[in-house]
Amino acid sequence: MSINGPDTPHSPGPSLWPIGFAIGIACLLLGLVISWVIAAIGAVLAIVFGILWALDVTRDVRGHVPAITPETRAAAAQAEAEVEAPEEPLPAYTRSRFLEASLIGLSAGMGAVLTLPVLGFMVLPSFTNIDEDEVDLGPLDNFPEGEYVIATYLSKPEQGEVSRRTAFVRNNGSSEAGEPSFTILYSRCVHLGCPVQPNGPIDEDAIKKIKNVELRPVLAQSFGCPCHGGQYNAEGNRTAGPPVRSLDRYSFSIRNGKLILGELYAVGNVSGTGANATIAKYPWSVPGTHVDGLESWLYPIVPSQVTG
Amino acid sequence: MVDLAVLAPLDWVDERTGAVRGTKWFLFRNVPRDISWAQTLGFGTLIAFAVQTLTGAILAMYYKPASEIDPTTGKPLAYASIEHITNDLTLGWLVRGMHRWGASVFVILLFMHMARVFLFGAYKYPRELLWITGVLILAMGMLMGFTGYLLPWDQTAYWATVVGINLNGTAPFAGPWLSQFLAGGAEIGSDTLAKWYALHMLLIPGALIALIGIHLYLVARLGITSPPWSDEAAGRERPVRKPTGARAGLVRPGSGSK
Repeated sequence: MSINGPDTPHSPGPSLWPIGFAIGIACLLLGLVISWVIAAIGAVLAIVFGILWALDVTRDVRGHVPAITPETRAAAAQAEAEVEAPEEPLPAYTRSRFLEASLIGLSAGMGAVLTLPVLGFMVLPSFTNIDEDEVDLGPLDNFPEGEYVIATYLSKPEQGEVSRRTAFVRNNGSSEAGEPSFTILYSRCVHLGCPVQPNGPIDEDAIKKIKNVELRPVLAQSFGCPCHGGQYNAEGNRTAGPPVRSLDRYSFSIRNGKLILGELYAVGNVSGTGANATIAKYPWSVPGTHVDGLESWLYPIVPSQVTG
Repeated sequence: MVDLAVLAPLDWVDERTGAVRGTKWFLFRNVPRDISWAQTLGFGTLIAFAVQTLTGAILAMYYKPASEIDPTTGKPLAYASIEHITNDLTLGWLVRGMHRWGASVFVILLFMHMARVFLFGAYKYPRELLWITGVLILAMGMLMGFTGYLLPWDQTAYWATVVGINLNGTAPFAGPWLSQFLAGGAEIGSDTLAKWYALHMLLIPGALIALIGIHLYLVARLGITSPPWSDEAAGRERPVRKPTGARAGLVRPGSGSK
């Protein structure tokens, strides 16, 4: 029995390991923002020092390691002399303790085998196999130069209306390098995800339908969100209201004279206009998350960076 | 006669389960003389929750958590089933109305109950864990409101949920991951409605019922607090124990420190 009664609080002696642990954690958090290598070093530091700390703190509970005296001839002679002396009962790791520990360990293992796949199934499908297909918007002459066209389509036709997406497409003509240029804004407001609307009349009579896609010309050089009043200019830059970045954009390609919508990306800010615009491109992220500036440090890793 | 018909079976059950003693322990408690209607808010909240449980279970017999469009009506199945419950089924309007308005009643009563506990100082020793389980119940109740709001699958429900999911998405570090988990992908899709239905119907109520059980057990164990202006001692009489004295025997002696 220990000297202290079971109810007497006792605190472990001072230890330096928590300092190493704290440095590891700080390094890990810093690494999340700066680079994976530093994060990995921080994680290793935190784990190593954490284990050392835990070993230090639990030393009393785990029992003392018997101090082994180096063997000498004198000790050996003494040991021979002591053979007749009654042996002190050794601290034993009893059979019932062993069974108790194995039972708890086995049950924990079985529990993990049962629950981990189930939890994985709850969480992982939201992050895997969620790529959306490319969308064919039809021939380029559907898009008159300098004017916006609203393109709506079902990104997953088998899912129905819940997968309807809207893009605002403007043909910028040719860039200085002579390549075709399009500004394709995604209608999801980057404040909290409501559907951004063009600030201008839609020409419903000029509607064109190409397979799953509907195209409507619109006379608008700005966009607004009905939910909380966010306003964007023709380049998708915020002009008023709560949005934290510029409207998301589609990457695009042109195949056989047809405009193909590709992946979405987030935009920090657009300087310049149309074909000569400079776009600050970032991995696609949730509305309301900053992609540039100091606040972007709050979102070091977003799902699209991991799941592609 | 009464002995034979009622009391003898009760004795039989109690001898084998302790249920009668347990019920008496739970219900037949002394309460302070000067309690008032304010102390009934917790029970009111419990009744509101019971109404939600019962009406919800029965609404589930008619509701279809599917976003697919029914080709004959041109409406999503979920929305059409809500219309069916409200307009066609006998008494459906009433039960859905009870569930819909009862949700607000439940949350309002939760807050009133919390205000009473706070203003009366009833969260103090030894009732700290009652307060903490109560806060968890409040969080679960808000989650029930959040997940239930999507189920009618109309424009209000859809866009309110889009905004709600993206609000969660703005939380630092974990936000984007949380919102993608809630939406079941980068955006709301065909699986989202069923997921939220399962959360609303099974997971969150399960947690809520467990928490309410703990909360009620603690209420019965510790008793009701006297109001702050009362002269009477509060709560159930407790045997005086050495703090942590109950710990003896939890870990076998000699197994740890020697």
